[in-house]
Amino acid sequence: MPFVVPKENYTGRIYTVEIGTGEKAVKVGGANTLPYLGFEGEIPNPPAIAIEIQDIPAKDWPETLKKPFDGVTDDPAAWARFCEKELGVGIIALRLISTHPDYGDRKPEEAAKTVEAVLGAVSVPLIILGSEHVEKDTQVLKVVSEAAKGRNCIIGKAQEENYKTIAASAMANNHKIIAMSQLDVNLAKQMNILLMQMGFDKERILTDPMSSALGYGLEYTYSVMERIRLAAIVQNDPAMQPPLVSDIGRNVWKAKETIASESDIPEWGSVEERGITFEAVTAISMIMAGSDLLIMRHPKAIEIVKKTINELMER
Amino acid sequence: MLIIGERISILAKKMRDAMLSRDPKPIQDRAVAQVEKGADMLDVSIGPADDGGEALMDWVVKTVQEVAHVPLCIDTTNPKAMEAGLKAHNSTFGRPMINSTDGSEERMNTMLPLAARYNADIIALTLSGSGIPATAEDRCGIASEIMSKALEFGLPLENIYLDPLILAINCMQDQAKEGIKAIKLFQEINDPPMKTSVGLSNISNGCPKELREIINRTYLSLLIYEGLTAAIADPTDKALMDVVKTTEMLMGKRLYAHSFLDL
Repeated sequence: MPFVVPKENYTGRIYTVEIGTGEKAVKVGGANTLPYLGFEGEIPNPPAIAIEIQDIPAKDWPETLKKPFDGVTDDPAAWARFCEKELGVGIIALRLISTHPDYGDRKPEEAAKTVEAVLGAVSVPLIILGSEHVEKDTQVLKVVSEAAKGRNCIIGKAQEENYKTIAASAMANNHKIIAMSQLDVNLAKQMNILLMQMGFDKERILTDPMSSALGYGLEYTYSVMERIRLAAIVQNDPAMQPPLVSDIGRNVWKAKETIASESDIPEWGSVEERGITFEAVTAISMIMAGSDLLIMRHPKAIEIVKKTINELMER
Repeated sequence: MLIIGERISILAKKMRDAMLSRDPKPIQDRAVAQVEKGADMLDVSIGPADDGGEALMDWVVKTVQEVAHVPLCIDTTNPKAMEAGLKAHNSTFGRPMINSTDGSEERMNTMLPLAARYNADIIALTLSGSGIPATAEDRCGIASEIMSKALEFGLPLENIYLDPLILAINCMQDQAKEGIKAIKLFQEINDPPMKTSVGLSNISNGCPKELREIINRTYLSLLIYEGLTAAIADPTDKALMDVVKTTEMLMGKRLYAHSFLDL
């Protein structure tokens, strides 16, 4: 008797979220099966990758990470253009880190100017991230959301303490939103329900369950994402069906393994190769757990992950 | 958990009047209200309907599905009216369900072929011509007979919902736990497990009105614990629907969040 692969029938499907406009628009999500179990359902869109840039020069980034962006980080628009044109990246994630009270405390209006400049420089979709300072993000994201009207961006991140204003402005200006919670599956669900209850279309939400780097709590993130995906696909839970976002670059490039110099720890080998591998391995773990959108930093790590995704999607 | 709304029944005076005078409004209002409150299917019961049953069922099915875009559980003992209901049913919303067959030759020979011909699900009451079995094990025996008969007629076992026949607590108290046990045992008859269903409100039939809801809700919770697939119940009873969600949540079949009842 020939072997018949046992198949599960799933009832749930991840919402398809489209970001950006025109030819460069990107769709994320849409799967009705668990990650890469393509024989049990369909995975219409492979995980998308966004490259992270900042609104101020990346002074605190390690040298190996600054190198690929040499000469462009002084101007966010130039940096964004470089990523689209030279690196061929499909999505830009602009982090407005300088709005944080401890990193310059720039005003919302200044941030809006940066957003406008970046939007003027690129045609790929833009993810606009605040500084994750709960109060300041409320002011900043409201204003930048208006400045980006019509470009179908992702605005992030809304948290339990500040989601109302952020969601209202994202809704008014037709953007998508990232709903973030603190590494807890029940809080992630609650956050999505709260947004839905204020009238935010559930098919415009992306869930960030809070990412971490390899060796720094990755397994917690992995378990939470796994559980979210099981609720979405197997239990058909509508509050858990938004695509998952993994904002990993900033965690990875803070880890000792990506920073420690070769002279300090010679047995760890090349610092550049080590950092790239660390980011790639973290990212690949996240897509295994169900991530639909990665926010990463090093172009070479992105290349490796893209190649891996292509190989996985071929099966 | 599949909730089959029970409120369109000729036993209710309001529904009977509407059915007999072909007045769609009261029926459609009830249909919409039940779906809004979370019914996955609606039971439409016209009773034995010896006189004009076919025309009545045809009208009821179309009237309900005009406003409620869910599959229906077609409830009559009249085989001709049953077939009329299956023909009228719009299966783009899901396949219809026959309510019901039991273990008697006569019912099996009429209802099982209908289920096979119209690709319908069917509720199979585990009672035979000789009456209601005393134990859960006896119910399993009848279930097996119905299952083998179904296969003879080419009806897949996944279309069958085994129903232990819930009896009123006030006259046969011991039967309540036999019903619970039957739900557990039915699933063990086959791999993959058989689907199960109950007519929930039977449990509190004849009890004082103020006791009925608490008995229904608690009994449903126990049945869900044993793996019940479907219940014919009142979805407009919010507390009952909350019990379904909460039991499923406690069983790990639904993810907890502070607002999980709101969804």
